[in-house]
Amino acid sequence: MIEFLNNLSVCILPFIICVILIHALYKKAPAYESFTQGAQEGFKIAIKIIPYLIAIMACTAAFRASGAIDVITNILKPILDYFRIPIETTIIMLTRSMSGSATLGVLADIINQSGVDSYATKLASVITGSSETTFYVVSVYFGAIGIKKFRHALLVGILADIAGLILAVWVCSIFFL
Amino acid sequence: MNYIFIFFLLISFVCAIINNRLDVVVDAILNSSQKSVEIAFGLIGIMGFWLGIVNIAKKSGLMDLISKIIKKPLCLIFPDLKNNNEALSNIALNISANALGLANAATPFGVRAMENMQKDNKDKTSATNSMCTFLAINTAGFQIVPAVVLAILTANGMKNPTQIILPTLIVTSVSFICALVFSKILERFFK
Repeated sequence: MIEFLNNLSVCILPFIICVILIHALYKKAPAYESFTQGAQEGFKIAIKIIPYLIAIMACTAAFRASGAIDVITNILKPILDYFRIPIETTIIMLTRSMSGSATLGVLADIINQSGVDSYATKLASVITGSSETTFYVVSVYFGAIGIKKFRHALLVGILADIAGLILAVWVCSIFFL
Repeated sequence: MNYIFIFFLLISFVCAIINNRLDVVVDAILNSSQKSVEIAFGLIGIMGFWLGIVNIAKKSGLMDLISKIIKKPLCLIFPDLKNNNEALSNIALNISANALGLANAATPFGVRAMENMQKDNKDKTSATNSMCTFLAINTAGFQIVPAVVLAILTANGMKNPTQIILPTLIVTSVSFICALVFSKILERFFK
């Protein structure tokens, strides 16, 4: 099953590229010229998002390093015990929206500490796989076009993340407990 | 965003003083600033490649074809983009790339879609409803197969890693729908 899915995702990118190229050939569109013209934008966009990325990443890194997460974990402990949520997984719940690389680091840590077949690992995997790094996505997309008033965008992202977390805990308790 | 920025940093410093970790926090801030530049530069190559490919599709007229097919369903979610074919097809490409777990390919499509939406935006510094909805879809991170997580679990020798696929799919689908609904509701309260 995994092998099939891996093969599928390996095939998809070449497939998309081939469809685009064949269509260009059929329409006699200037593929090489269009490609180089479009690729120029890559550099401009990367430069444009740097200030936004610095702001957001510095914020989230400071928050994680400050120990604020431990404070929150301690406050939430009674609730976590009630819902049978392993305490190790709270860190991943709190870092998931902030940093993609940190989340994968925490996941590796949970696997090491609790074992790969433990409930904590399964819950952490579902949380990691079912969400996206909200703060990063917001800074890249809005940074690229210079949006400074985010309106409800960030709030919606965080609310959806919270809904996802609650659901992950519930679904995992049905599947794995 | 202004207050979130200030609030996050201040809270961090207060907690750092309480936990006696001020040096760690300062290090973290400086390191992550350095790292964000590395991330941005790391994006240049991949972004360049995909934006190049997308530009071919745009010039050959393939984008218009795609947008015609998906216009109806997407217009329900993005009513403002009725006349913005390019944005619609980039949104479609972004969502499909994300669904397949190809985050690297999805980002350039998404940035393009944002640029297309920005063209019709009256206040260039403020996000439109469609932009927020589109962002909500992306932050919900809908994907059919969580490839990265599966790879990690397999590498660590989990007996049956595929067991997490179904629960993950359920959670990600529902939070995707939540993101859409929240964004539609909240857009009325934020002007």
